Amino acid sequence: MSRAEEPLLAADRRPEGALATLRRGLRMMPEFRSGLPVTFLLALLATAGRVVVPVAVQQTLDRGLAGPDGPDLPLVRELVLGSALVVVLTGVAVHRMNVRLFRTTETALAGLRVRAFRHVHDLSVLHQQGQRRGSLVSRVTSDVDQLSVFMQWGGVLGLISLGQLVVATVVMAVYSWQLTLLVLVCFLPLGVAVRFFARRLAHAYGVVRERVGDVLAAVGESVVGAPTVRAYGVRARTAARIDRAIDRHYRASVDAQKVTAGVYVSGEFVAAIANAAVVVVGVLLGVGGQISAGTLVAFLFLVTLFVAPVQTASEVLNEAQNAIAGFRRVLDVLDTEPDVRDPSDGRTLPPGPLDVRFEHVGFSYVPGGRKALDDVDLTIPARTRIAIVGETGSGKTTFAKLVTRLMDPTGGRVLVGGVPLAEVAFASLRERVVMVPQDGFLFDASVADNVRYGRPGLTDAQVVAAFAELGLEAWVEGLPAGVATSVGQRGESLSAGERQLVAVARAYVADPDLLVLDEATSAVDPATERRLTHALDTLTDGRTTLTIAHRLSTAERADEVLVVDAGRVVQRGPHAVLVDAPGPYARLHASWRRSSGRQPDPVG
Amino acid sequence: MPRRSDAVVRRGLRHVGRAIAEQPGIFALALLGSSLYGGMTVASAYVVGGVTDRVILPAFAEGATTAAALTLAAAVILAVAVLKIVGILGRRLFAGIMSFRLQADYRRRVTGQYLRLPLSWHQRHPTGQLLSNANSDVESAWFFVSPLPFACGAVVMIGMTVVALLLTDPLLAVVGFVVFPLVFVVNAVYSRAMSPRMARAQQLRAEVSEIAHESFDAALVVKTLGREADETERFSARATELRDGLIAVGRLRGLFDPLMEALPNLGTLAVLLVGAERVVAGTTAAGDLVSIAYLFTLLALPIRAIGWVLADLPRALAGFDRVTPVLEATGRTPHGTDPAPRGQRGAALGLRDVGFGYDGVTTPTLHGVTFDVAAGRTLAVVGPTGAGKSTLAGLLVRLVDPRTGEVLLDGVDLRTLREGEVSSEVAFVAQSTFLFDDTVRDNVTLGAPYDDEQVHEALRIAAAEDFVARLPEGLDTRVGERGASLSGGQRQRLALARAVVRRPRLLVLDDATSAVDPAVEARILDALRTADRPVTVVVVAYRQATIELADEVVWLEGGRLVDRGSHAELLARVPGYAELVRAYQPPEADAPDRQPAEARA
Repeated sequence: MSRAEEPLLAADRRPEGALATLRRGLRMMPEFRSGLPVTFLLALLATAGRVVVPVAVQQTLDRGLAGPDGPDLPLVRELVLGSALVVVLTGVAVHRMNVRLFRTTETALAGLRVRAFRHVHDLSVLHQQGQRRGSLVSRVTSDVDQLSVFMQWGGVLGLISLGQLVVATVVMAVYSWQLTLLVLVCFLPLGVAVRFFARRLAHAYGVVRERVGDVLAAVGESVVGAPTVRAYGVRARTAARIDRAIDRHYRASVDAQKVTAGVYVSGEFVAAIANAAVVVVGVLLGVGGQISAGTLVAFLFLVTLFVAPVQTASEVLNEAQNAIAGFRRVLDVLDTEPDVRDPSDGRTLPPGPLDVRFEHVGFSYVPGGRKALDDVDLTIPARTRIAIVGETGSGKTTFAKLVTRLMDPTGGRVLVGGVPLAEVAFASLRERVVMVPQDGFLFDASVADNVRYGRPGLTDAQVVAAFAELGLEAWVEGLPAGVATSVGQRGESLSAGERQLVAVARAYVADPDLLVLDEATSAVDPATERRLTHALDTLTDGRTTLTIAHRLSTAERADEVLVVDAGRVVQRGPHAVLVDAPGPYARLHASWRRSSGRQPDPVG
Repeated sequence: MPRRSDAVVRRGLRHVGRAIAEQPGIFALALLGSSLYGGMTVASAYVVGGVTDRVILPAFAEGATTAAALTLAAAVILAVAVLKIVGILGRRLFAGIMSFRLQADYRRRVTGQYLRLPLSWHQRHPTGQLLSNANSDVESAWFFVSPLPFACGAVVMIGMTVVALLLTDPLLAVVGFVVFPLVFVVNAVYSRAMSPRMARAQQLRAEVSEIAHESFDAALVVKTLGREADETERFSARATELRDGLIAVGRLRGLFDPLMEALPNLGTLAVLLVGAERVVAGTTAAGDLVSIAYLFTLLALPIRAIGWVLADLPRALAGFDRVTPVLEATGRTPHGTDPAPRGQRGAALGLRDVGFGYDGVTTPTLHGVTFDVAAGRTLAVVGPTGAGKSTLAGLLVRLVDPRTGEVLLDGVDLRTLREGEVSSEVAFVAQSTFLFDDTVRDNVTLGAPYDDEQVHEALRIAAAEDFVARLPEGLDTRVGERGASLSGGQRQRLALARAVVRRPRLLVLDDATSAVDPAVEARILDALRTADRPVTVVVVAYRQATIELADEVVWLEGGRLVDRGSHAELLARVPGYAELVRAYQPPEADAPDRQPAEARA
């Protein structure tokens, strides 16, 4: 749990008040600003309908029934009809306001959502902290959804309530400033207590949210852990764990409910005190001849108008806090600077095969921290196939990320085709330099669509042809619907090896001049393994290739091997030379041979 | 169509009845609170009228008042308010408790089923579905309960208002008879029009979320192929649809809200219009007129509570319909009555003509498998993907039962043993390790009374001692949900320790050492076999180093036992075997440990 609380983005670290968040939000959502004044005007108008009824009651009592010339029924009729007209007109105004509000907020939120989505793709957290990707997803989904739900419900309510509070106060003051002052004094303690209430509510619902997470995790154990639970006969124990989580969630929910109810009724209580005070003081004022009976009765109605927004506020308070917290998380995405930027006047890579040059390159993930790569200085000639080997944490992956400019080095520079990478336009870079990640991610689409991802616009026939060139036509023909076969979510209807085949085809149609392969580690059945090896040979043929090799058989086939250890390149040369030279490579190779049970057979 | 919605209403009302029947006591309390609230709301209107008639008007007419009259007025207003507050508290608290209890209760029942139902049932249901059955489906099934007592109280309140109106002035009552049903009808029409729009918005939300998930998961592919703009366009298209869907929801809501606001207001004005004439005619007191006018403004909110409940019922039914099959699912693992044969040595294992097939799959997964493993021996099960190796492993620990034939432990059919007997003699480590969100110690012991020394010993054998020692709180370190804070290799070693600590007589490893160094693996098996109680081991394996540790190998292909013998014999005899064992190239020994190392970077 505590892990997830760590700030994910640089912008997350800033503390910020609710108003500051709103200001920042308005600045970042231009769609929202337009037309806001008109909406506010309509909101103010909307409250008129609520005030007109108490006024009508007062007028009917004072002028219609208790007028100087006795009851005046025609006047009452005029009053009622006039008021009804106002009620209808304000109804229309509210409708217009609502529609405007929904349209502008939804448009603004959709814009915000899309901009945040685009921005997330520029942030390196996305590929560096894979396990926290879910929290980025929630920033463009549930956080925005929560805002939208809040705007549809609490936002409108809050806006009208605010207007109502203002209008009720003004009308009350017109009737009697003394009584108005009295009501305000009654509500003063509540105004002061709001901050306290807000804190209590935030805490109570914070606990509930945490418990929800616990319940989700516990329930997951009964499903995901089903074989373990059965194999170890720990059903009762697991049931007890789940029950405990459910129980704790239940109790937290009830506690939160207590706080909410308490906050709600405190408004009710203050309203009653205000009512009683208004009656007492009002009668005394009336006896003194300062106000009329109708005025006093109207005032009692007006007090309920004044109370309603206060109670609404207590209902909206908690949701508002959550919504603002979500809002902040979305805005933080946009406020986080991407680590790697597309240069404004980017150069294109020179045509033809590309070489790679590392000039005293260093990299550390944390500024001043341990160096993942340290003073690497080397040249990889065009059209060479290089295998990078080394133990976990040696810096192999960092190598790949720097060549593809997923990150910029913290020291030195990387040149591809003689051009410093930082100066190459993204469009040119992504067209010429392609990486096949370890888990060749597939989209929930057809095989053809997934291959086309590397080169949009390819026809199915061209995709089939590409598979044929890779020697995979037999495999494609074996699929239920050929290249039109759907691969399922994340490619799950294919085996891990088959997903790799599609990923290789995708890289092949992209036709890069520099290829970076992060070799898959998952086990693959022999037939697929053979196909994959052959397809990779075709793919890498004639291209500069950097392979992060997890299997040393790949190193055996490469033109040259780079052995990385603790961020430095410690050995370089063809497999045949290195394997007999004393050093880290010979050791790695010997241990690998033992574990795979391979005889020191001739290199293929 | 009307008949179908009638059915929904009927089923909905039955569902409401079910909720009440499950928690009758709490519901009664909540209803009591709600009725008190309703009664006091009506009463407060009459207090305003009464105060107008008996205190305000006389005082203004006479130009004087008494302290007693004022005190009484204030006291009555406050007393009614306090009772009303008690009502609100009762209503809200008990309504909340009722809803939360139902949710907790059903969650317990659903997870109880998950734990009771056999593994074959689990295999037929996707994990995601089971998780949402226990979580969001249960929640939506009972969410409507929160406003239910309020709504029931509103019905009571409307009844009281109508009675009060009739007693005061039948003509004014007519106004009520027009306004209240109208409010109700508007509500019903609104609910019906709204629910498809809401469903569509919900669907679109899910789709937007799916695209975001997929696209972010594909970050490396998207980025390295430079497809960010296309991805944004894909996302934007669906986000725009969602926006339009939400605006459609908003339009309807934007119409409904002012309508619901205007209706009681117009009712109040109608009361004034009719009431003024009645006051002039002398049939109604001015105070009564004020009371009724006041009452109308107060009633608007409770009436809407009825709408909330009605609007939520279709969703509740949908949720409940998804939960019901889980609760009604039958299928138990029948247990026998016999204790397992005990002994100090490993257990002898026998399979007799074992066949197994998954439901709905025509070709059997296993067919006529027969072999024996002598006590204390180690057998490797090898075969291509889909040969039935994992199914075989599951049969040995009775995760599933064979469709034909029998599995014998020391000559005794597993099915004749008492519940808990198999797991006391046989330990199983699955292909994908599962850790509980608990401490290292509890993940090893699983609540059984092993002391720390035994735990440390098991960790040592499983080569987990060093990394556990480095954890911030050693054995007491919580490993996080499904062991999220550990690497794949570390998780696997803890799962091995869990099996080792039990000193089982039969140990079944289903490719459970793939992330462990071969040397460590050999050490683990040696420790188990040379101990005072040599254990029988069945290991599903891919890599040659593991296979070589076995005394004997069985070769499975297409669900049949094709050959059995030593590694060397099979290499010579079975071409498929040689190909598989040679082709499999393990990644460097520690590769599965890499992910968290990167995460820390």
